[in-house]
Amino acid sequence: MSEQCCETPSGSSGNVMILACSGGSNVGQLSNQAAVELTKEGFGKMFCLAGIGAHLSGFVQSAKDVPAMIAIDGCSIGCAKATLEHAGVPLKAYLVITDLGIEKNKNFDLDSETIEKVKAAVKEACEGLPVEGGSSVACCS
Amino acid sequence: MEIKVLGPGCKRCQQTEQVVSQALQELGITANLDHVKDPIEISNYGVFGTPAVVVNGEVKCVGKVPSKDEVKKWLQQAK
Repeated sequence: MSEQCCETPSGSSGNVMILACSGGSNVGQLSNQAAVELTKEGFGKMFCLAGIGAHLSGFVQSAKDVPAMIAIDGCSIGCAKATLEHAGVPLKAYLVITDLGIEKNKNFDLDSETIEKVKAAVKEACEGLPVEGGSSVACCS
Repeated sequence: MEIKVLGPGCKRCQQTEQVVSQALQELGITANLDHVKDPIEISNYGVFGTPAVVVNGEVKCVGKVPSKDEVKKWLQQAK
């Protein structure tokens, strides 16, 4: 038996659930790339918005129970936000990439400067999220 | 009734199993209670973390030890 695996880490960083719209435009793919890089860097963990959209109970319940979560939409159509609403998952932190002044287009050659700008905005949007209490979600995953 | 506690076997996962057992006992419900420890099998449920509780195939909670009252509610709904 492991005694260590469910210890609560300090701060919400590392256990932030990141849900990206991952849509078919530059801003959709920026949401995806930012989520991937923030996961690799240990800021949070990317999770499957598609599973929530499919109303699969494991995904929906995970999103409901996680203390710290951010949804990232590429544009103001807000597919990620709408998906969460449809599944009855309350939004905790939210970012729309076009609100950062990044124009939506079909150029999928993402530049690192723009990705960094999105990542910084995600981190800023997560500042109000709760610091982990006694219910660390990702500790044993 | 099929109940599964998902978790690798840590303290909180074991607490969850105990809470579920007590709730079953107090309600006088007979059920198959399994503790799933295999990480691959756990990942098939799509949960973000553990412990998690699954009642008749539906994930009821993720990443926390549920209260006995919560568990009782799920059990009564699933009866």
